Amino acid sequence: MQDNTVAIQLKGITKTFGEVVANKNVDLTVYRGEVLSILGENGSGKTTLMNMIAGIYYPDSGEIFIDGEKASIHSPKDAFSYRIGMIHQHFKLVDVFSAADNIILGEEYKGFDVKVEAENIRAAHTFENAAYEAYNPEEHTGVLAYLKAPKYHSEKETKRKIAALPFIKIAKRIKFGWLSRNRADALQSIANRYGFEIDLKKKIYDMSVSEKQTVEIIKVLYRNADILILDEPTAVLTPQEIDKLFAVLRRMRDDGKSIIIITHKLNEVMAISDRVAVLRKGEHIATVNTADTNEKELTEMMVGKKIDLNINRTEPHDVEDRLVVENISATNHDGVKVLDNVSFTARSGEILGIAGIAGSGQRELLEAIAGLQKLNGGDIWYFDPAKDNEKIDLRAKTPVQIRDLGVRLSFVPEDRLGMGLVGNMDLVDNMLLRSYRNVRHTEAETKCEGDAAEENCIPASCEETTDVGNAARENPNIKSNKAKDAFAKFGKGVANCVSVLWSSVFLDRKSPKNLAENIVTELEVVTPSTRTPVRRLSGGNVQKVLVGREIAAAPTVLMAAYPVRGLDINSSYTIYNLLNEQKEQGVAVIFVGEDLDVLIDLCDRIMVVCGGKISGIVDGRTARKEELGTLMTNYSGLKAAPDSVTEG
Amino acid sequence: MFWTFLQRAIRFSTVFMFGATGETITEKSGHLNLGIPGVMCIGAVGGVLGESLYLKSLSDISQINGFAAVIIPIIMTLIFGALAGLLFSFFTVTLRCNQNVTGLTITTFGIGFNSFYMNRIDKTGFTAASEYFIKGFPCADSAGWFGQIFLSYGTLVYLAIIIAVIAAIVIKRTRVGLNLRAVGENPATADAAGISVTKYRYIATILGSAIAGLGGLFFIMDHLGGNIEYNIDAFGWMAVALVIFTVWKPNWGILGSILFGALYISPDFMTVPSAATKEIVKLIPYFVTVVVLIVTSIINKRETQPPAALGVSYFREER
Repeated sequence: MQDNTVAIQLKGITKTFGEVVANKNVDLTVYRGEVLSILGENGSGKTTLMNMIAGIYYPDSGEIFIDGEKASIHSPKDAFSYRIGMIHQHFKLVDVFSAADNIILGEEYKGFDVKVEAENIRAAHTFENAAYEAYNPEEHTGVLAYLKAPKYHSEKETKRKIAALPFIKIAKRIKFGWLSRNRADALQSIANRYGFEIDLKKKIYDMSVSEKQTVEIIKVLYRNADILILDEPTAVLTPQEIDKLFAVLRRMRDDGKSIIIITHKLNEVMAISDRVAVLRKGEHIATVNTADTNEKELTEMMVGKKIDLNINRTEPHDVEDRLVVENISATNHDGVKVLDNVSFTARSGEILGIAGIAGSGQRELLEAIAGLQKLNGGDIWYFDPAKDNEKIDLRAKTPVQIRDLGVRLSFVPEDRLGMGLVGNMDLVDNMLLRSYRNVRHTEAETKCEGDAAEENCIPASCEETTDVGNAARENPNIKSNKAKDAFAKFGKGVANCVSVLWSSVFLDRKSPKNLAENIVTELEVVTPSTRTPVRRLSGGNVQKVLVGREIAAAPTVLMAAYPVRGLDINSSYTIYNLLNEQKEQGVAVIFVGEDLDVLIDLCDRIMVVCGGKISGIVDGRTARKEELGTLMTNYSGLKAAPDSVTEG
Repeated sequence: MFWTFLQRAIRFSTVFMFGATGETITEKSGHLNLGIPGVMCIGAVGGVLGESLYLKSLSDISQINGFAAVIIPIIMTLIFGALAGLLFSFFTVTLRCNQNVTGLTITTFGIGFNSFYMNRIDKTGFTAASEYFIKGFPCADSAGWFGQIFLSYGTLVYLAIIIAVIAAIVIKRTRVGLNLRAVGENPATADAAGISVTKYRYIATILGSAIAGLGGLFFIMDHLGGNIEYNIDAFGWMAVALVIFTVWKPNWGILGSILFGALYISPDFMTVPSAATKEIVKLIPYFVTVVVLIVTSIINKRETQPPAALGVSYFREER
């Protein structure tokens, strides 16, 4: 347990990236045998601070003391030598290696000092020789005499042993450098002793997320780390896996190790930690004992002001069926069913929540609607409000075909930088990605066509306009005004032609630029400019850009998968408000979430998926967490979706 | 007939074997060095320069020492190759240049360097010196087909096979190899594990280039018998293709090189009417490489894929 010995102490740590201050004058103390939570919003500098302890970054100023001595940690290697191990949010594992190879990766040979070892041998021999001389064989008889009799070491023997030391050192070095075929077995016994259930011969790419995390923990323990840093370790785990992880962490704490855990989730902070350090905007606000505080107080410290935890849910109005999904099924690459006979209806002016353990088919479901997932059967119908709710078949259509049908579908995918935005492109170009097809010609072309219809003499192509001019000149009866008019029209025609040509060749960058600027100001995106590559923004800001763009497309169906994942509370509420606004405007919103409290507070109806099937659709106003939890894990006895439970 | 064919195939395969082993070592570290053809040219220049300097230092050509005539060019080639590798690493690791562009630049430079220098080097006595490169074991002639297949080659052929075998063992069965593979697969992970990505990439690239350069030396001194006015970049591209063909495994590289060598020399053993057919046969290695590339990507087995970070530069503090 905590014994008040300081393990690590940070004094006045500051780190900046360009103009962004990630950490400012942070003081922090970690004791031996405690679990310390680092709590803070996104971009509050938690991970950066920990990365400085782990040697990934080096502080601009400030000092780090380990066991009371000043330490300078320039690389992860230095961190290891101070017995610091970090488990990163994105696991640092080599996919094609086995777990065992990942664990021994980078391990260094700690050889012995030949001189010191020689002294040891000499001392041992001198001692044993003295014992030999002092030994009286008459005191011991029989077998005992042989067992306890000290050996005499001649000077020659001592010298020989000392002379062999350099060679022994080299041989050991070579033996260390050689990878034996049964290297996994030796590690396996260590892992088993710690109580980890894992096959270390398995390749990382065959492993589940929680297995990978176990490998990371074994890796750190194998390196004899006394100070363990875990960066959001629970983000990707199921509740059962989290319990297991916490049990492991508690065991390690009781072993006298210091554990630092970075997290957003307040309930976990309360459950696991002994003390909590709160960071806000790169600054250390306070460190408190977990027992002396509560979730509300921590939230206040974290965000700096009191926040309203209630999400404003309005009654849906003008509800009509917008999207009807009937009996769709799909399989993944391995032939496993990921969607199994799924049917539901998304309605305008309503938020339909989708709850379920990660990987229960949420992603495939949304991608099926967006035209990205191949289906084995079933139908997807869209009712177009612009065409008097005409029924449109979306099944087996590509995203482009769906858009060309006039279906206004917006999709905020789970994988922001993989599917949603292009990381290397700036904000404006990312806006352009969605709008470049419907460029200005709508404006210019209609004008041109309108004129042509009216006067019947302004043709659409530039070559023909010369004929108009010729016609005007050839006919002497035409009054000069008329000729002027004709020439004016001729000029206008040319201008229109040029503008049509221009806009079909060159992109309109002005409107996406305006859009990007609007999003930045309205959603308070923190970015140096709209010309910054998106990958340089923090997770929350990336999400804001993506959601902003999708909403700006004025959708009739808005699908958002985990839109608040990794976002701090303030950003999350911005997103919730945006979703609510869309609902008010009659958009059918589909919201895939993981936080059950949010789902219950935000959604009008909650659909629970489990193993690719719908295990139930419940009313958001009356739903209880336990009920949802049961449905989420209800693998057996799944029934066809009772769509009738739902009116609300 | 068959033994002669095999003997010549194995002998010629040395050009590819050096190149492929060197490039495999380099690529295992995550560096895609497309400068290999240029490196082979530069290495060849180094070797030829060394040989020329050595021969000039002799008062009479008959005083030539076989050992010196072989070892001096080899050392010079290694130095020149290593310098080319150092140049590549300096540009891509330290100056953070694009690897493809840097590699192609080195190839262009190497070919030019080769054509420029080779004509200016004094090649008196090269035929005599190349004898020592070509010379096999003395008992080769008396040992029948066994002697022909196993004992009849010059120093560089055995050196190529030894280096390839050692490289395969080191990569697969040692910690150094494990670390090297980690650097090529996932430099961020390797870095977090305390492995110096910069060090490994520099060393692997320099070592790989030094080895690849020997391919150029072999081609000039052994295959062409000291005739230096010949550009060798085409074989460099073949070596790059061979790395893909052998799915980044130096031990398979030995067999792959022999296969490529056999395909390359097979037109000489053919009695086909047109020279065009022979040239088409020489195309087969490239065609086979394309097929292998397609097959491995269809099978999509993780072990036969290129190192995941191949061609990607790594900077620790980049966010």
